[in-house]
Amino acid sequence: MTALSPATPSDTLLRAQAITFRRQGLTILDAVDLALSREEIVTLIGPNGAGKSTLLKIALGLQKPDTGEVWRAPDIRIGYVPQKLNINPAMPLTVRRFITLSAAASTREVESVLAATGVSFLIDASVHTLSGGEWQRVLLSRALLHKPALLFLDEPAQGLDVSGQNAIYALIRRIRDTTGCGILLASHDLHLVMASSNRVLCLNHHVCCTGHPEEIRHDPAYQSLFGGINLQQLAFYQHHHDHEHPLCEHEHHHSPSRSAHP
Amino acid sequence: MNLIETLQTPFVWHALLGGLAIALVTGPLGVFIVWRRMAYFGDTLAHSGLLGVCVGFLLGLSPTLGVLIVCLALAALLAFLQSRERLAADTLLGLLAHTALALGLVALTFLETLRFDLAAFLFGDLLAIDNLDLLWVWGGGGIALVVLIAIWKPLLAATVDEALARAEGVPTARIQTIFTLLVATVIACTIKIVGVLLITALLIIPAAAAQRLARSPEQMAVRASVIGIVALFGGMAASLILDTPAAASVVTCATLLFALSRIIPTRR
Repeated sequence: MTALSPATPSDTLLRAQAITFRRQGLTILDAVDLALSREEIVTLIGPNGAGKSTLLKIALGLQKPDTGEVWRAPDIRIGYVPQKLNINPAMPLTVRRFITLSAAASTREVESVLAATGVSFLIDASVHTLSGGEWQRVLLSRALLHKPALLFLDEPAQGLDVSGQNAIYALIRRIRDTTGCGILLASHDLHLVMASSNRVLCLNHHVCCTGHPEEIRHDPAYQSLFGGINLQQLAFYQHHHDHEHPLCEHEHHHSPSRSAHP
Repeated sequence: MNLIETLQTPFVWHALLGGLAIALVTGPLGVFIVWRRMAYFGDTLAHSGLLGVCVGFLLGLSPTLGVLIVCLALAALLAFLQSRERLAADTLLGLLAHTALALGLVALTFLETLRFDLAAFLFGDLLAIDNLDLLWVWGGGGIALVVLIAIWKPLLAATVDEALARAEGVPTARIQTIFTLLVATVIACTIKIVGVLLITALLIIPAAAAQRLARSPEQMAVRASVIGIVALFGGMAASLILDTPAAASVVTCATLLFALSRIIPTRR
């Protein structure tokens, strides 16, 4: 099974072929293929421990695969939102300082990326006081400051409630639409991911199935991997409105689109 | 001899000049040791000091150069073992620290011609700094400070989050190797003055005291140096007036400043 993009080669930003990765006798990744083009969101879904973060790190170049090859378009800027950050509380650090740690940026640029993720008011806040949702937005701002052509997001909506997750995924779609970057995303928030992705890669150490969210929902491999998930619920989320209603999320729980799906 | 006359004697001036160099470099270096949770790493390098003196003597080099060679070798060995052995970092550091100290003590008994004041080496001899010591501490400390300032930004990025910095193109492996070399250099150049058992204190206590008073990484580094200088002058004064050991008095004074930093209210 191949995940190579149908897009023209000049649009391809990332291609990984036959990636295998073993640690301590366990096969974390087995012959995984992956490709990503401009203006595309490819999402890695799979249960915890399926190898999503490892594949992301290999694609990013943070880890070397045992076998297989990774190709990234030359001289492109990369943005990364890691799954976990462990900042020593002994370091006094404001948000402004945090997002410019490895970038030279003017105050105007800093203000603009914080505004893009809706957290302008945090610019002079200490990073040690941020909530989970604020952290995810600040991390996205830092990634955006690098004007990435390729954006790697590892569980960008972790620890958020449903409305917070909706808002983050809407933001990610908007980033793709306004900057045209390619986004590789790892997640286990099935419902929201399905609505946001151009392509889904269902991973459980190997690629179980891949394709458009519509197609893979009916793939037997997908259904066996996520058999316990309520497909009704999935259908609802898939047609979730594309605009943000952070304060009136409950009003959309009677979404009429549910009947359109079996 | 009254205090004014005492202050005019060369050994006091040497102590103040040497101490000033140490405080200037251990402030910024120490904040990184605190942020990177490397206190025990510094302690491990310091414990190898005695072995370094013996190696320097055997090779016909100055003691400080011997300490520098052993510190660098130990840092390299540690990096190698960490990549191979499945041992917790603190276990590995404890193993190397005490092995190095024991080897130093064993080696010392075989070097009968080496005249050596063990107590001074363990606890420092701030009031016996000669011109050569001053050269080492200002030369080595000065170079270390210049290099640290040069790599400040990438080192800070790598310290906040290594993977994120690397993904954003910071050459973190190279930067962190340079930092390890700096720690080894500063410890080697200051160990004779401050002592094996007290050098780590000067790296971490002023930094810890500066933390609550600072609002940016740079502010914390500068204030750590200032606190180090105050501790140095206070400790020296106490040593001269009360006739207490100089380096130990400086560390005690630094600890008092740390306690003070916890008590005084901040604007936040």
